[in-house]
Amino acid sequence: MFNNIGRESPNYIQYLLKAIWAIKIPIRIMEVCGTHTMAIARSGMKQVLPDWITLLSGPGCPVCVTDETDIDLACALADLPNVILASYGDMMRVPGTDGSLMSSRLNGADIRVIYSSNDALRLAVEKPSCEIVLLSVGFETTAPTTAITIETVVKEEIKNFSVLSLHKAVPPILRFLLLDPELSIDAFLLPGHVCTITGADAFNFIAKDYSRPCVVAGFEPVDILEAIFMVLLQQQLQQPTIEIQYQAVRKKGNVIARKYVEKYFHLVDCTWRGIGIVPLSGYAMRDAFGGLDARKKYDLPVPLVKNTHCVCGDILKGRKEPIECALFATRCNPASPVGPCMISEEGSCAASFLQIQKGK
Amino acid sequence: MQDKTDKIELSHGSGGRKTQELIRTVFQKNYSNIILDQMLDAALFEIKGTKLAFSTDSFVINPIFFPGGDIGKLAVYGTVNDLAVSGAKPYYMSVGMILEEGFSIDDLRRIADSMALAANHAKVQIVTGDTKVVEKGSVDKIFINTSAIGIIPSHIHLHPANICPGDVIIVSGQFGEHGLVIKTRRQEFAFDTPIESDCASLLPLTQSLLAYGNKLRCMRDITRGGVATTLNELAEQSSLTFKIEENLLPVSPVVKGACKMLGMDPLYLANEGKLVAIVAPDSAEDILHRLHCLEKGKNASIIGRVERELPGMVIIKTSLGGQRILPMLEGDPLPRLC
Repeated sequence: MFNNIGRESPNYIQYLLKAIWAIKIPIRIMEVCGTHTMAIARSGMKQVLPDWITLLSGPGCPVCVTDETDIDLACALADLPNVILASYGDMMRVPGTDGSLMSSRLNGADIRVIYSSNDALRLAVEKPSCEIVLLSVGFETTAPTTAITIETVVKEEIKNFSVLSLHKAVPPILRFLLLDPELSIDAFLLPGHVCTITGADAFNFIAKDYSRPCVVAGFEPVDILEAIFMVLLQQQLQQPTIEIQYQAVRKKGNVIARKYVEKYFHLVDCTWRGIGIVPLSGYAMRDAFGGLDARKKYDLPVPLVKNTHCVCGDILKGRKEPIECALFATRCNPASPVGPCMISEEGSCAASFLQIQKGK
Repeated sequence: MQDKTDKIELSHGSGGRKTQELIRTVFQKNYSNIILDQMLDAALFEIKGTKLAFSTDSFVINPIFFPGGDIGKLAVYGTVNDLAVSGAKPYYMSVGMILEEGFSIDDLRRIADSMALAANHAKVQIVTGDTKVVEKGSVDKIFINTSAIGIIPSHIHLHPANICPGDVIIVSGQFGEHGLVIKTRRQEFAFDTPIESDCASLLPLTQSLLAYGNKLRCMRDITRGGVATTLNELAEQSSLTFKIEENLLPVSPVVKGACKMLGMDPLYLANEGKLVAIVAPDSAEDILHRLHCLEKGKNASIIGRVERELPGMVIIKTSLGGQRILPMLEGDPLPRLC
């Protein structure tokens, strides 16, 4: 498709942009993945695209869509005596209903920043007198590594390790969004890394059942531009399908990784921040491994659900603009975010907030 | 919803926005005077007609030994560099050490050797010091404070107020190495990178550039908070816009690759042997050439220009042709999961 001029050519981006500008179809494209959102923002892509193309950032940042009540649960675990909570760095500042992991740590909780689930395992081995709880987040990409860590824990009979699984699945949330009759999204850029595990086929329903063009995209700005062009061509030809721009992805994905996940997890209804309960979208640990499930191992308080009145769900669906949210730029701002669109520094609300600040 | 706390957070020491807020609201408020209020890398003042620069810094790094250096080398060069970018030649240094009970005397010898070597190299004499030992657990192995005093030639006046629209922004080399080495050598990281810290004296570069007189407007050593935070400080202090170009940034492929993997931005990683110089446009090429002739400046690059349109802001032009605001470091740079 892009053979007229090679990707290595210094003119390739200009060539792509010219091709994109030539297709004058108003279109709202959701980039599902948080890494795509970051790449779009860091490259200033929205400024070089025609204004009839609207890019919407989707629910693909696992940190941002972690519900307030789950953060509360993690804080409660960290506060238990003798517990070390092992957390990924970007979870530290996400606010719960009352404080974050960062504020819990300031108040004395033992919370360690880790970079892989194996780091948490290493902690368990090094500190046999402490209980290590892995705060495990992420989509299909990180769930297999957590599963493999659990496999090691089971095999080596490590007793001081458990997992608070906040893992989520991407296809169910997209189906949930698509089921909304007022959804105002015409096409999707699908997450490349997730698709390496799930396979592109896991998203066939989007084109088949909901007639929306989809392209599995890589993470360089040039990948995203190529994917946008491919989406535009599908829309122009009225032939919605699943195309793969990201060469690492196969139709069937990584069967072995999925087997590991299936061995230890099963899908349950799960709350997404700003969106609500999404059926069968969260990975809970199977009953057989209850001893490793922090939710069962510890007597935890029942999370207090508060209605934040955040309309991130509608913003993600393309139904509302950030400015239409009553909390926007008042109670919800980048220093004190309420919903996922403000938590991610490149989310729709955070981006709108920055524009307002810039305009001042 | 907000983290309401009246406690010090790690991010208050990250060198970014929160550190500045803390300095402004707690220290500057109490100590305010005409010298401190300049908020420069070193205090600049005159005694009997001699222009002096005086600076202090504390070093609490973990790990204390790392590829390319150690806490001692860092403690000497860190303070020397603050004086160097002020246009000063350092003369005398003090060293204060806080040691944890149980710390290895062999390691202390190794650090003292390293400090002596660095001081010798920078031609600064360690003339006074202090040693305290505290109970195990009260500090992490060893903390070092250094202060130094130096002389600035009478005709040199480096200051952000000298910066003019049209001036050129130069960095002295590839950046991000030190911050990445430290992050990857901490035990929580699961991989190593084949790079070394850039820890070095900036004196050969700064002394060489002083020959350009007022064509050299201002220099800063790029430490915590990285290039992005240093440029933001200069943009704020000069009330001008700093516009840099992504395509011109000198970042090694190793740093680029590791940052991509960890979800970090090289523009926010700490450096310990790099400076940014703001220079007059008609001398920029000449100054760049001069830097290229020096070992520590061989990868120096022009990365952008100073403009007027958005005072106090740093704007980065991306390789795609778009633009975005490059903010100051807000907290500790934490790796992203997504």
